[in-house]
Amino acid sequence: MNMQRIGSVVRKEVREFRRNRFVIGTMAVLPIVFLITPMLTIFKIPADASGPQVKAAVGTISLLLLIVPIALPPVIAAYSVVGERDQGTLEPVLTSPVTPSELLLGKAAAAFVPSVGMAYAIYFVVLISVRLGAAPVVNDVVWHPPQLVAQLLFIPLLALWAIWVGIGISTRASDVRVAQQLATLAGLPLLGLAALFSYQLVKPSVPLAVGLALALLVVDLVAYRVVSRLFDPERLVTGRHGRDTDQAEAAQAFNASTR
Amino acid sequence: MGAISSPALLVEGLTKRFGDRLAVDGLSFSVGAGEVFGFLGPNGAGKTTTVRMLGTLVAPSSGTAMVAGLSLVPANGVEIRQRIAVMPESPGLYLRLTVAENLEFFAGLYGQRNMSVQIARSLEAVNMGARADDLCGSLSKGLRQRVALARALLGDPAILFLDEPTSGLDPVASREVHELIEGLRGRGVTVFLTTHRLEEAERLCDRVAILNTSLRALGRPEELRERFFSKALVVRTLAPLTEPERVFAIPGIESWHTDDTTGYILSVSDARTAAPEVTRALVAAGADVLSVSEDRHSLEDVYLELVNEDVEASR
Repeated sequence: MNMQRIGSVVRKEVREFRRNRFVIGTMAVLPIVFLITPMLTIFKIPADASGPQVKAAVGTISLLLLIVPIALPPVIAAYSVVGERDQGTLEPVLTSPVTPSELLLGKAAAAFVPSVGMAYAIYFVVLISVRLGAAPVVNDVVWHPPQLVAQLLFIPLLALWAIWVGIGISTRASDVRVAQQLATLAGLPLLGLAALFSYQLVKPSVPLAVGLALALLVVDLVAYRVVSRLFDPERLVTGRHGRDTDQAEAAQAFNASTR
Repeated sequence: MGAISSPALLVEGLTKRFGDRLAVDGLSFSVGAGEVFGFLGPNGAGKTTTVRMLGTLVAPSSGTAMVAGLSLVPANGVEIRQRIAVMPESPGLYLRLTVAENLEFFAGLYGQRNMSVQIARSLEAVNMGARADDLCGSLSKGLRQRVALARALLGDPAILFLDEPTSGLDPVASREVHELIEGLRGRGVTVFLTTHRLEEAERLCDRVAILNTSLRALGRPEELRERFFSKALVVRTLAPLTEPERVFAIPGIESWHTDDTTGYILSVSDARTAAPEVTRALVAAGADVLSVSEDRHSLEDVYLELVNEDVEASR
């Protein structure tokens, strides 16, 4: 694994996204939408609200905040392979010394940093707002340590999941927009795991939060492995797969190990 | 180009199948270090597939190859790509990035330490030094092609694969690319030039291979002309000869036939020796001679001969 090559991929990706109006627009609008809704909900909860009422409201907010790391990465990640193929840049890149693993990790890092940064920023704004102006009952639930640990751990892990799903779909899709929409939808099921915690369907605790985070980490690692296998340079460039040939296994092994 | 020593490329029985379709069949050839090697063939002949196989992008179904001194085997993929550069038919530039940013990305992929110097050198080599800060999206096709060539030069490749480098370019831009290739030859870079522009291959290449799924011919352009076409003289006279069979009954003329009423094609063993003899015979016969010239076949004639043979064979 060559860090210089990964760094080059990250720099290139960031430069490209900064000049892509669609990406910038989506990355700017989505967080605002996901910030306004929780704030309005929080400040509408009266001081004398019952415990279940508060927990339900905060559960919704927590879940909404966890949609951010799932919704933002596909905007970038889904573009990663199909976008390169669209503009004919995939072949020059794949005939350079970069390996598919380095390419995928570079692209994932470029999507991870802004998405997670944005998700954390929104979460911190909500936390501080709650501390400064929300009813004490809301403050107690939002600043509950297991809730904090869960939110802080789930955000990057859900983002990673969304990134690998986005890149995976991007390796198979033929259109950037379709890839982005599919990737966002495909990222949502994992939110169910986080919902158990957000709605306190299971009794929240720090060990449980860490346990669920570890489960998410395993899912992320599996997703990375799957995406690495989906990333078949021969198929991406020629539109055909080595498996079609009578020398299928040899060709597939060749592709995998030359990279 | 003399005899090939220390081949930059050595290909033995390289074959690629896509499902039932045979894209490349049993290719065997070698390319010498510093040689400009032309790879010709009609659309769908397997030229790009061959480049992709040698560039480790597509796995061969069978066969072996040595690329820049390394065996084309799984373990050498990264090292081979470090030693070669491939310029695909489409320039493949990031249009939202500047010329310098595009090159900086690839310089990083090639592990260049002194990036800015290398980028400046590559841009100067293609006369694009002044356009480093231009967005690639704002460049004409010819300029994009030049940037793609600068990108290919970044890693100081031992072998440069150029896939249809002048495709879609106007004559001026094509000529600039030709001059760049000449410059690469001067620097000792091995150039593997895929093209179907035959005049381009004839002008630039030391040797050419003609491919139509399998290798149909290989050699220097003049060798191929000699191999596929017998030497001939073309005689033009003002009026038809009255007794051409008597006029052309001289040593060195193997056969002859009329081209039109005042033209004659003579098959000869050596055109330079036969031409004065024929001229003297024509004058002695009282013919009004307009011209006696060597019938020069182009590489295009060779190519068409081979491709037409394949078309005929497939009927």
